[in-house]
Amino acid sequence: MLETVLAILQNTLRSATPIILAAMGGQFTEHAGIMNIGMDGIMLMGSFFAVLASYYLASAALGVLAAILIGLLMGILFGVLVIRFRSDEFIIGVALNIFAGGVTVFLLRTIFGVAGAFADPAIKALPYVSLDFLNDVPFIGPLLNNNSILVYVSWLLVLICWIAVYKTPFGLRLRASGEHPESLRSAGVNPNKLKYISSMLCGMLCGLAGAHLALGYLTQFSEGMSSSRGFIAFACIIFGRANPPKVFLASLLFGFMDALALRLQFVGISSNLSGMMPYIMTVLMMVYVVVTDNARKSRTLKLNAG
Amino acid sequence: MDERAAVEFRNISVRFPGVLANDSVSLTVKRGEIFALVGENGAGKTTLMKVLYGMNRPTQGEVFVFGSRLEKYDPAYSISLGVGMVHQHFMLVPSFTVAQNIVLGREPKKSGVFYDKRAAERITHELIKAYGLEVDANAVVADLSVGAQQRVEILKTLYRGADILVLDEPTAVLTPNETKEFFDVLRGIVSEKGVTVIIITHKLNEVMEISDRVGVMRAGKLVGVCNTNEVTSQQLASMMVGREVLLDAVERSTTVGEPRVVIKDLNVYDDRGLHVVKGLSLSVRAGEILGVAGVEGNGQSELAEAITGLRKIASGVVSINGVSVSGLGPGEIRALGVSHVPEDRLRTGVSAPASVADNLLAGKQRDNRFARARIHRRSASISRYVDEVKTQFDIRAAGSDVAAGSLSGGNIQKLVVAREFSFEHANVLVICQPTRGVDIGAMEYIHSLILAKRSDGCAILLISADLDELFRISDRIVTMYEGELTGEFVTGETNHYEVGAYMAGAIGGVNHDV
Repeated sequence: MLETVLAILQNTLRSATPIILAAMGGQFTEHAGIMNIGMDGIMLMGSFFAVLASYYLASAALGVLAAILIGLLMGILFGVLVIRFRSDEFIIGVALNIFAGGVTVFLLRTIFGVAGAFADPAIKALPYVSLDFLNDVPFIGPLLNNNSILVYVSWLLVLICWIAVYKTPFGLRLRASGEHPESLRSAGVNPNKLKYISSMLCGMLCGLAGAHLALGYLTQFSEGMSSSRGFIAFACIIFGRANPPKVFLASLLFGFMDALALRLQFVGISSNLSGMMPYIMTVLMMVYVVVTDNARKSRTLKLNAG
Repeated sequence: MDERAAVEFRNISVRFPGVLANDSVSLTVKRGEIFALVGENGAGKTTLMKVLYGMNRPTQGEVFVFGSRLEKYDPAYSISLGVGMVHQHFMLVPSFTVAQNIVLGREPKKSGVFYDKRAAERITHELIKAYGLEVDANAVVADLSVGAQQRVEILKTLYRGADILVLDEPTAVLTPNETKEFFDVLRGIVSEKGVTVIIITHKLNEVMEISDRVGVMRAGKLVGVCNTNEVTSQQLASMMVGREVLLDAVERSTTVGEPRVVIKDLNVYDDRGLHVVKGLSLSVRAGEILGVAGVEGNGQSELAEAITGLRKIASGVVSINGVSVSGLGPGEIRALGVSHVPEDRLRTGVSAPASVADNLLAGKQRDNRFARARIHRRSASISRYVDEVKTQFDIRAAGSDVAAGSLSGGNIQKLVVAREFSFEHANVLVICQPTRGVDIGAMEYIHSLILAKRSDGCAILLISADLDELFRISDRIVTMYEGELTGEFVTGETNHYEVGAYMAGAIGGVNHDV
């Protein structure tokens, strides 16, 4: 029994990590008042370029770097289209996702000459972190120890993002740029600058999330391997009101659902059915947000009336 | 260059697509004076001030602040030269605290990277003390009254070291008593700190009260600058409009008839479920204008919506011409003779993307005159009718087929009034904020239309936040505060301050049920 619980929790952490990474990026754009639904596509691009660089340069670190860079480029592209040219962010987000889905398939076939998935021993995986002192701690030890490095990075990022958003002048300006950009402009700060920065940070962290997907536990690239995690990350941001620790908890909840779904397959429940759990969870979360949001909205309405 | 000049505009022109918003404006504002800039809506006052604040780039001309030329048009640069601006629509982040709003853009830091919350609060407290502008440093701005938000805006500019304070319509949202208080604070800042104040307004009595000098703008041009004590408000009004305007008090109604609107113990809830109209009773008789005074958000909007069927009546009775409207929809209530000029003309008053013609026709589209068998448009007679109404009500639009939303505020308002006033059977008018944001010429005209309706024997409920308007045309005034009627006055027997005090809930029959 204890082992089952441990296994589920271990899987929870594993499944949650890419969502946490992407969501930490997305909460920046959310605070800047940009709805970025292109996160899934950026993750997918990150995964592909992580594999590409890791395979050819024989370095997982360079793979991660490549993923971050492509994420940054996608973030800049998104920013230019949405901020500079004022395109509809929803349309651009959808476009990025379709673009990423298409271009990765195309590159997979032209560069690696395979369809579906590319796995090769030459792809360097990210290292696991093993801390000796944790080995002796029962339950907690095996749970927290021996995870892929980006699992720990994601936890650290939650703290860093929280500080950045709520404890620094940058965060103050970022939130102002989303909530009331004109007030920031009249305070002598260009809100678009903050929006660009948020878009770039979002791209980089989504790229990182993609790198974790491709080099963390699996070391492969498969078509559409982000499998809508970017959207789930978006749901977590909304559910956690873009507050990093809350978004983190929401991501863990999804990870848990994922892990539970996996477990349920072992006890004979159809994988088609159990696989729906994270998505059902998404729907429930959004219902919760809509219901509780009405109270919040009235506050803003009151202000706008004044 | 004048040594005593705080600001000097030289030949400023600002061209927006299709409009010359400022046309070669040259103006000097002296150090330490209160300068009032008046003009109708769209005269270019705000445009000119936004040039000074770096938010608009002029197509021609130069601006000097304390003798140094504005090198670039960027708010950060203007702020660094000592210009501060309080915008008509507040530039405050609703979810931030007062302290956070004040320091935004110039935040105190600790350890070089972190936001120093304590220092921000200390700075705020010091500013509050130094200038006597009372506000709670830790309160969230969304929870503050409009007056308090305005004080935050002023503190914000003072924190940035403003020597020149530009105030865009600062009193539009204040009650007369708040305005008085605000002017006292303003005089204090000017006399003690030597700050130069430029105040944009269209309320001439305030110009007379507060300013040293006044500049008048019309159609983008500066048409005159004078010492305030050498002009009368009548002269200023004529300069603003370019002709004589007669904004004198009008005759009270003499032929008052039957009550047409009778409201008893009305209770209404708003969208948030808050109890916003509390046990209200009133009646409006044929041939009179009943003015409802109140600071916005005290239940007036919901009262109007309840009468016109746009909001559910929780309990109580509203009867129109003897028929209870409970359970009736807006269409059925209109059929009882009610016309409605809603307060938000852009969202509720017109369909902004629809054409001027369609908007004018709305409500009459099934008339036999305009539709065969109620469905097929009679285009010729529609366009004839639309042209007629457009001329009659002086609606200036590029054509009948342009989107109503593209018209200027005053013309949209005339469109709404034209439509609502042209239902032949209407004998009850519910009119909300009819002249908000419209210029003095259009205001005079809309008032004359309302008065004509009164003479026709309509019962008119006029809800307005503008006391001047209420005093000018209503026969009786009631005050509303937190959903209750707090006072009732005969217009000729009261004054602004008395009504203002009742509006603010300072006196009157308010029973707080909390």
